[in-house]
Amino acid sequence: MNLLGKLDWSALPLHQPIVMGATAFMVLVVVAVLGFVTMKGAWLYLWREWLTSVDHKRIGVMYCVLALVMLLRGFSDAIMMRAQQAVAAGGAQGYLPPEHFDQIFSAHGTIMIFFMAMPFVVGVMNFAVPLQLGVRDVAFPTLNSVSFWLTASGALLINVSLAIGEFSKAGWWGYPPLSELQFSPGVGVDYYLWSLQISGLGTLLAGVNFVTTILKLRAPGMSYMRMPVFCWTALATNLLIVAAFPVLTAVLAMLLLDRYLGFHFFTNDGGGNQMLYANLFWVWGHPEVYILILPAFGIFSEVVSTFSGKPLFGYRSMVAATMAICILSFLVWLHHFFTMGASANVNGFFGVMSMIIALPTGVKIFNWLFTMYGGRVRLSVPMLWSIGFMVTFVIGGMTGVLQAVPPADFQLHNSVFLIAHFHNVIIGGVVFGLMAGYNYWFPKAFGFQLDERWGKAAFWCWFVGFYLAFMPLYLLGLMGMTRRMQHYADPAWQPWLVVAMVGTVIILGGIACQIIQLVVSIRAREKLRVTADPWNGRTLEWATTSPPPAWNFAVQPRVSGRDALWSSKRQALATKDEAPPARVYEPIEMPKNSATGFVTAFFAVVIGFAMIWHIWWMAGLGVFGAFVTLLAFAFRRRSEIEVPAEQIARFDRAHQAGAAA
Amino acid sequence: MRYGLLAVVLIGAATLGGCTEGVLDPKGPIASAERLILFNALGIMLAIVIPVILATLAVAFWFRASNKRASYLPDFEYSGRLELLVWSIPAMTVLLVGGVAWVGAHDLDPRKPISSSVKPVTVQVVSLDWKWLFIYPEQGVASVNHLTVPVGTPISFELTSATVMNSFFVPQLGGQIYTMSGMVTRLHLQADHPGTYPGLSAMFSGDGFADMRFAVDAVPNDQFAQWVGQAREAGPVLDTRSYKELAKPSQAIAPFTYRAIAADFFSGVVNTASIAGDLSQFICSTSERVE
Repeated sequence: MNLLGKLDWSALPLHQPIVMGATAFMVLVVVAVLGFVTMKGAWLYLWREWLTSVDHKRIGVMYCVLALVMLLRGFSDAIMMRAQQAVAAGGAQGYLPPEHFDQIFSAHGTIMIFFMAMPFVVGVMNFAVPLQLGVRDVAFPTLNSVSFWLTASGALLINVSLAIGEFSKAGWWGYPPLSELQFSPGVGVDYYLWSLQISGLGTLLAGVNFVTTILKLRAPGMSYMRMPVFCWTALATNLLIVAAFPVLTAVLAMLLLDRYLGFHFFTNDGGGNQMLYANLFWVWGHPEVYILILPAFGIFSEVVSTFSGKPLFGYRSMVAATMAICILSFLVWLHHFFTMGASANVNGFFGVMSMIIALPTGVKIFNWLFTMYGGRVRLSVPMLWSIGFMVTFVIGGMTGVLQAVPPADFQLHNSVFLIAHFHNVIIGGVVFGLMAGYNYWFPKAFGFQLDERWGKAAFWCWFVGFYLAFMPLYLLGLMGMTRRMQHYADPAWQPWLVVAMVGTVIILGGIACQIIQLVVSIRAREKLRVTADPWNGRTLEWATTSPPPAWNFAVQPRVSGRDALWSSKRQALATKDEAPPARVYEPIEMPKNSATGFVTAFFAVVIGFAMIWHIWWMAGLGVFGAFVTLLAFAFRRRSEIEVPAEQIARFDRAHQAGAAA
Repeated sequence: MRYGLLAVVLIGAATLGGCTEGVLDPKGPIASAERLILFNALGIMLAIVIPVILATLAVAFWFRASNKRASYLPDFEYSGRLELLVWSIPAMTVLLVGGVAWVGAHDLDPRKPISSSVKPVTVQVVSLDWKWLFIYPEQGVASVNHLTVPVGTPISFELTSATVMNSFFVPQLGGQIYTMSGMVTRLHLQADHPGTYPGLSAMFSGDGFADMRFAVDAVPNDQFAQWVGQAREAGPVLDTRSYKELAKPSQAIAPFTYRAIAADFFSGVVNTASIAGDLSQFICSTSERVE
């Protein structure tokens, strides 16, 4: 028996120059970052303040950093695919052989959904939800850290696949039988499965954490109908996570059983049924779309209302629409495979259900429109992203409804029209939303604003680049071009694909602008310094300092209406002659830092890597290590520290003096 | 929005300008009907989407903070009438498009035979790694990577896969349908005009996927009879042994025909797929696929 399972020197991509180049670059970046940290002597700081932190704000920021790094990784895959399709016309084969191209599109989808969009969404919720609810932290702070580190473990594994072995060539859904051992005997699909299992567990735990937080921990007086809409959308999203992610875990576990123990859930032989996988996958997959978009809707609601200087129009409609989407999203999954040959009644039902989801979504668009109506719209960067979203998203929604018509879908299914559609809603909806949120909450997180000029440049590059990159794909899809083609025969497609390539390069310009924006803003941070409330905000996060202290609020806020901060600001204006009531400080219990998350994640990576390469002893060690970590956590002596009232008072008074001056 | 309009104009121009590809240039009743449904649904939605885009831009522009002429209504957050409007506009759109979807799903059910006075021709389709096998059970011939059909005659397809899932798709004749191992799907298409139309697999199936293409020759009846006659004259016989050879993974192979086929060949492919023991006879082994 080989002590290292299937692992040997052939796992290194020595004969593939492009992969080697990418690996070398990745290793260089990692070495550079590690070197920089060592040079600055920041290891202890990093460990104490970040890696072991259970502060929801820090964890939120780490989620977002992970997402932005993965955005770069996923985007380089995108630009490689676009370059390949721009040249591989007629008889040409382009520069990527099929086995490499197949890995790239599989990795692009997997990374963008699971390791870019998901962490970004969870990160923003992590940062903003407890602040908006007026509480000190999430319900289970240490679990929150575990969730983050499990997600990071999945991301790490997927990137290891670049250097050691290969990634899946079966697409981001990994449909069997293609993903079964018979047709994908390599380790690629195992990398896919284990990284998703590990990060999926993290996401599920995060979902449990947030549902509990929103249901059980709200500031006194904050009834459900006084919650900011972002919290509502976060609640809906996390309910979806709790209901949908176990399905993903189960279906991937079944595929693992097929691959590792010779089960026959989805195989061609032995009574397996491949469509069972397709059904289960999309029972998770369609709610997943709403898991991503609902928080983005929440961000737009906050941004549009704040930058219009008005309350959100139709708050109750918004809440109703959000919860309607939450439920309906479970009733539409079959529209991902109208072409499997189901009966007309089945196709008709799921087609109509899919359209019904457009109803609450349409309501939201109108409500944002009426929120702007009669407002004083400040066209700052977050608002630009929001207006860009409203314009772009309706097009994506329309093409989505188009594909919900079964006969139209017979033509459009798996075509690049579909690619254009879901990039239209995911870039135009989720990414625009997250960018709006990033620009909106950045000053709250770090105490200084992001540079406006570079932010606007980034928006315009993304906006124009998006249209150039994806509008041609709509047309190509109608012309009969399917997705995932390493080369194609029809030279008439090429000009459109070149336009799409140009669009992608412009988006690259947008990403470059964002990096420059961040660097410029950090260097000019003293000039960009902000007070607690830079945007004239409406919700509680703008009531505390920027950045907020670990305990978030020096004095527990009490809520007496919707838009809590806005109404208290109005009240203060009305009664400005009277002295504000004296603030009474009390000691606050804070959760202690914990290495549990980091250590668990370390063992999760060990388990994942060992299982992928069939190194059974190592997997056993990993499980043992994770179990011991759990025991150590369960038997910990003290998990909380008390912050004395004097310290809080000192901080708060200094801050208020600063604000007054 | 400019770009949204641009896209609409582009799609329109490509359609009107005689774009010679895909569903935009249908060559049969199914594809024509699908295009009509596509355009109807698009038209209904554009009627609401374009005004919304324009209104968004107009409202954002007029109520910009620097516009002193715009009135500021900081308490405008609810209006029952507007709420009613806000819910009913998308509801009516959904009602209309939903009707199109429900009726369309039934009218264009791929399993529904095309009503015609002409007797349909049956074609059995097997997707392999990475090529298409077309069996003509009534004519007793078969062809690889090339489909010849008579014009004006409904073609009744029975489809399966001997390997991973694929999707059989001839855009100019009609929508696609999956091919799945151990299962049979049905599809009915018809070509109304003679010509050669591209066909392809629309479901990614592995390294050779990009070459899973075939040409569909729609020819007049006499030419079809002629083609069948020629096919019967030459080429190998499709039986278990030659099929095993064919089933080995290969890419971009030139079209050829089989002069005869073993009895019940198609159902043999369908049935053996699900029996583990006989699998090796019909389907390539793992080692063959990865070579």
